[in-house]
Amino acid sequence: MGDEPLVRWDWIWRNWDTGRPDSILALLESHVVMAFLPVLFGLLLALPLGLASARWRWLYQPTVSVMNVVYSLPSIAVFIVMLAITGLGQATVIVPLTFYSLAILIPAVVDGLTSIPDHVRNSAVAMGFTPLRRLVRVELPLAVPVVLAGLRVATVSSISLVSVGALIGQGGLGYLFIDGWQRQFTTPIVVGIVATVLLAVLADGLLVLAQRLLTPWRRA
Amino acid sequence: MITFEGVTKRYADGTVAVDDLSLEAPTGAITVFVGPSGCGKTTSLRMINRMIDATGGRILLDGQDVREIDPPTLRRGIGYVIQQAGLFPHRKIVDNVATVPYLLGWDRKRARARAMELLELVGLDSELAGRYPFQLSGGQQQRVGVARALAADPPVLLMDEPFSAVDPIVRASLQDELLRLQSDLQKTIVFVTHDIDEAIKLGDMVAVLRVGGRLAQMAGPATLLSEPADDFVREFLGRDRGIRRLSFIPAKDVRLVTAPADLVVDASGRPLGWRGDGGLLPYGTFNPERDSLRAALDAALLAANGTAVAVDEDGRVIGVAPREALDEVLGQYAARYTVPDPEDPYEEGGHQDTGHQGAGPEDPAHEDPAHGEDPHG
Ligand SMILES: Nc1ncnc2c1ncn2[C@@H]1O[C@H](COP(=O)(O)OP(=O)(O)OP(=O)(O)O)[C@@H](O)[C@H]1O
Ligand SMILES: [Mg+2]
Repeated sequence: MGDEPLVRWDWIWRNWDTGRPDSILALLESHVVMAFLPVLFGLLLALPLGLASARWRWLYQPTVSVMNVVYSLPSIAVFIVMLAITGLGQATVIVPLTFYSLAILIPAVVDGLTSIPDHVRNSAVAMGFTPLRRLVRVELPLAVPVVLAGLRVATVSSISLVSVGALIGQGGLGYLFIDGWQRQFTTPIVVGIVATVLLAVLADGLLVLAQRLLTPWRRA
Repeated sequence: MITFEGVTKRYADGTVAVDDLSLEAPTGAITVFVGPSGCGKTTSLRMINRMIDATGGRILLDGQDVREIDPPTLRRGIGYVIQQAGLFPHRKIVDNVATVPYLLGWDRKRARARAMELLELVGLDSELAGRYPFQLSGGQQQRVGVARALAADPPVLLMDEPFSAVDPIVRASLQDELLRLQSDLQKTIVFVTHDIDEAIKLGDMVAVLRVGGRLAQMAGPATLLSEPADDFVREFLGRDRGIRRLSFIPAKDVRLVTAPADLVVDASGRPLGWRGDGGLLPYGTFNPERDSLRAALDAALLAANGTAVAVDEDGRVIGVAPREALDEVLGQYAARYTVPDPEDPYEEGGHQDTGHQGAGPEDPAHEDPAHGEDPHG
């Protein structure tokens, strides 16, 4: 790399928004989509699965075991296998990341529900809540802090994992790493790293804010 | 009235928590279930609102088998208070209190207005209404728990060791508060505790349970003290049964005489002390209209001359009870085994409480009169 500066600002400027799919803005956009959709799908699936596991405890261990196995699979291997099924689309990244999110969110939902003290649950029963109403009005709201904590982990790890997809041509900001590496050119690499970190920090900050707003009832 | 008819609870693991329990909790009175840990108090209580279903016998609520009532409906008509208050952490105090009215479909405004009324009734500042439970002390949370149980004005209240997690001073004030509320509201209350003093203080009727969920004795507190059915109950009641029993005897029958000149009073007639050589000597007072014989005796024992000073509501001297006068009443009651309990349906027996072991003079507690404070004081 010789005398080349670490960051060439003019390159950033020129490539910020070219209208092509490899412009920084376009990569950022696809990164956001591929990072957040899996978390959203994961949450939507984790709620019923977590509820079921909390309700029928025998379901919990098998569910968690399966999810842990999924989580332990190397992401690159999964992406390559997915390639054969879903082809070269964003789905190739979104589907596996949804499973990773699930692996984090199902235990979060179950822990959230089981962290509710017995005396609170019992008093809801004793006041005459029907089971459904108790779930919606008491148990789910009380599970929110733990679920949100899981959501933060899932979101940040999803944001960082998307980049791996670059190896199969769908990696959002991850493309910048490969591009920079192949051309022995540091600017895209630095941009990729900084943008990913900023995205993660921003997303996490929003979730912390949501936590503040949704749970004013927690001891500060 | 709540009637247990041969109620048994055998848990899935074979534990028999309650065994053939038959008793009646009279309408408008406090019935206390008391007994050592694990004797089936909570189980018995929860069978009333069907949080636990009995495996044998039946429980009637004003004649109707609770199993015929849909559980949520049944429970909305029964207030429930537990040890940790069980408040919903995510709801403001006012909404916690309004829980059952909301469930009953009251509109928000009416439910909240009712909740504010109840906060006042249980002696909580309306400022607390907008707070969350974690911002309240344990004693305050417990009051909120009571307010919440009363919100929809249920005729029946179940209380499971509601005051045992707070310090003794707060506990005593919560107990007094409950008695005050009860004198206005006349709920049918079943109160569970493992503290016999609490049982005696609060109970119109006290059911002593032994481990294995068997009824050892059911009686009014005064009868319980004077006539424990067996050694288990006697031991459970502890010491000083004779003295404690005096708490149930009103002091109004104590013969008063005119206060002697030795008693120094202030301009408005309130006592200052007994005249002594080196100044005023200590004195003790009781209010014959309100206090028990125990308070009168205590007042006598506080004075060097053994004379209790009787005062009116304003603390003005209305006479004194010399030692002989106290002796007369004490003699009267010592000679009688039973102090009539108010509306004691078990007085005549049919239950195991008819053993007349009595508070005999052999009870060593009688020689230890300076013990303890008047629980009704
Ligand atoms: N769900 C359950 N399954 C099996 N046994 C149980 C269950 N709940 C309670 N028990 C047993 O039933 C007995 C009575 O329990 P219960 O909770 O009614 O006692 P308690 O009088 O309320 O005790 P404490 O004063 O400690 O609260 C105990 O031996 C207890 O271990
Ligand atoms: Mg109990």
